[in-house]
Amino acid sequence: MSIRERLSGNEAVAYAIRQINPDVMPAFPITPSTEIPQYVSTYIANGEMDTEFIHVESEHSSMSAAIGASAAGARTLTATSSCGLALMWEELYVAASDRLPVVLALVNRALSGPININADHSDSMGARDSGWIQIYAESNQEAYDNFIQAFPIAEHPDVKLPIMICQDGFITSHGVENIEIEEDADVKKFVGEFEPEHYLLKKDEPMAVGPYAVSNYYMESKRAQRQGMLNAKKVILDVAKKFEEMTGRKYGFFEEYRLDDADYAIVIIGSAAGTAKAAIDEIRATTGMKVGLLKIRVFRPFPEEEIAEALKNVKSVAILDRAEMFSGTGGPLGAEVTAGLYRARSKAEIVNYIYGLGGRDITVDDFKQIYDELADIATTHEVKDNYRYIGLRERGEQ
Amino acid sequence: MISDRINEQSPWEDLTEGNKIYEAATSREFKTGEWRTQTPIHSPEKCKECYLCVPVCPDMSIQVADDESIVFDMDHCKGCGVCAKVCPFDAIRMEVK
Repeated sequence: MSIRERLSGNEAVAYAIRQINPDVMPAFPITPSTEIPQYVSTYIANGEMDTEFIHVESEHSSMSAAIGASAAGARTLTATSSCGLALMWEELYVAASDRLPVVLALVNRALSGPININADHSDSMGARDSGWIQIYAESNQEAYDNFIQAFPIAEHPDVKLPIMICQDGFITSHGVENIEIEEDADVKKFVGEFEPEHYLLKKDEPMAVGPYAVSNYYMESKRAQRQGMLNAKKVILDVAKKFEEMTGRKYGFFEEYRLDDADYAIVIIGSAAGTAKAAIDEIRATTGMKVGLLKIRVFRPFPEEEIAEALKNVKSVAILDRAEMFSGTGGPLGAEVTAGLYRARSKAEIVNYIYGLGGRDITVDDFKQIYDELADIATTHEVKDNYRYIGLRERGEQ
Repeated sequence: MISDRINEQSPWEDLTEGNKIYEAATSREFKTGEWRTQTPIHSPEKCKECYLCVPVCPDMSIQVADDESIVFDMDHCKGCGVCAKVCPFDAIRMEVK
């Protein structure tokens, strides 16, 4: 039986951590994810859980300790944001190549510089090639639900990869929402016990983790690692199905919102999808224009073929990136969705927008403007600038 | 031996998960002595069996045999020359072979 409760995104994740009661949590505070280890520490101090909390001196150390604990055989998680993730960089790759199912609660925040504490996806997008699974949330509910699904995905024998559960800093992490949480016993049963076949503390099996791989092994190692990511696609869907059986809440690689009959589509990640949905409802009610949304939930493994299939009937697509890439093509989501559509021989016109950097707001009117521009390029078949911005002040427009 | 199962001809499918090695002391199979350019030459007639060379060897490649003489593990000696440097009796010299 689900319980109604009003929780911030950070509270929801900390609540899930208490329910899961992992073995080890090394963490270092950084805005806006600080509350997660703070609430967990409170749960531990109150005797509501018995996780070993490790106070470390940096995120470099928190991820190192997480790697050590996970290799030892402990179910391990940590939390961070922004520059904290950047300081983990080296260890992120090590956790993935050692195939350790560490869970990271990432509260997305812009990377310095300029220094900024608000939401964008530059932190996790920078880590997209590290070998971690990445799942994103639109709402507090999704942050909670994704977190409960994290360990069953990461620890699955066919996967064995670390996983990042992402939510937008402040927008969901500090915004309070009325959500459904599950009973402790149900969550514990769903997540189960971590029972790795091999681990460092197994006394009858001495073993080595993370050996040096010379040129004769490195490429084969990376290919073997990729297999875990490929296998994760099926496991993510299987775990989502089990989760739906428990809660009635349905998840996939992405959510399609009024996309079935849509001529014009937006592809987006995270909390701004809620604003897009409000715009879609308003546009459809007032103009009858067939507009829809594809909200990415799973960015790694990237569901390229499934996205192309879902967008096969649209005339034009706008891909919205909340991260700058300084590339020739646009943002990271734009580049990957465009590549997927190209390989699927899509005839849709494609345009990429950068929005919301460093917490810049995006409004219903912004989405209306994007859909108008989509209708325009679908008619003219002219995309003059594929690297656009939403909400950017420019000379000549004030 | 692990090198019979996984070696430089193994396809990626045969590697262990994360390259983990599920046994101990496999470094014995890794012949780091192949890296050597200079080789220590021991002169037993000069050696006083003081064993100063034993603890300084970074590869534990000098051991004391049952008859108390020293023996070199040439499979793992990298030829660094520390033993020759510390020997007070010039009983070890380095030679390019």
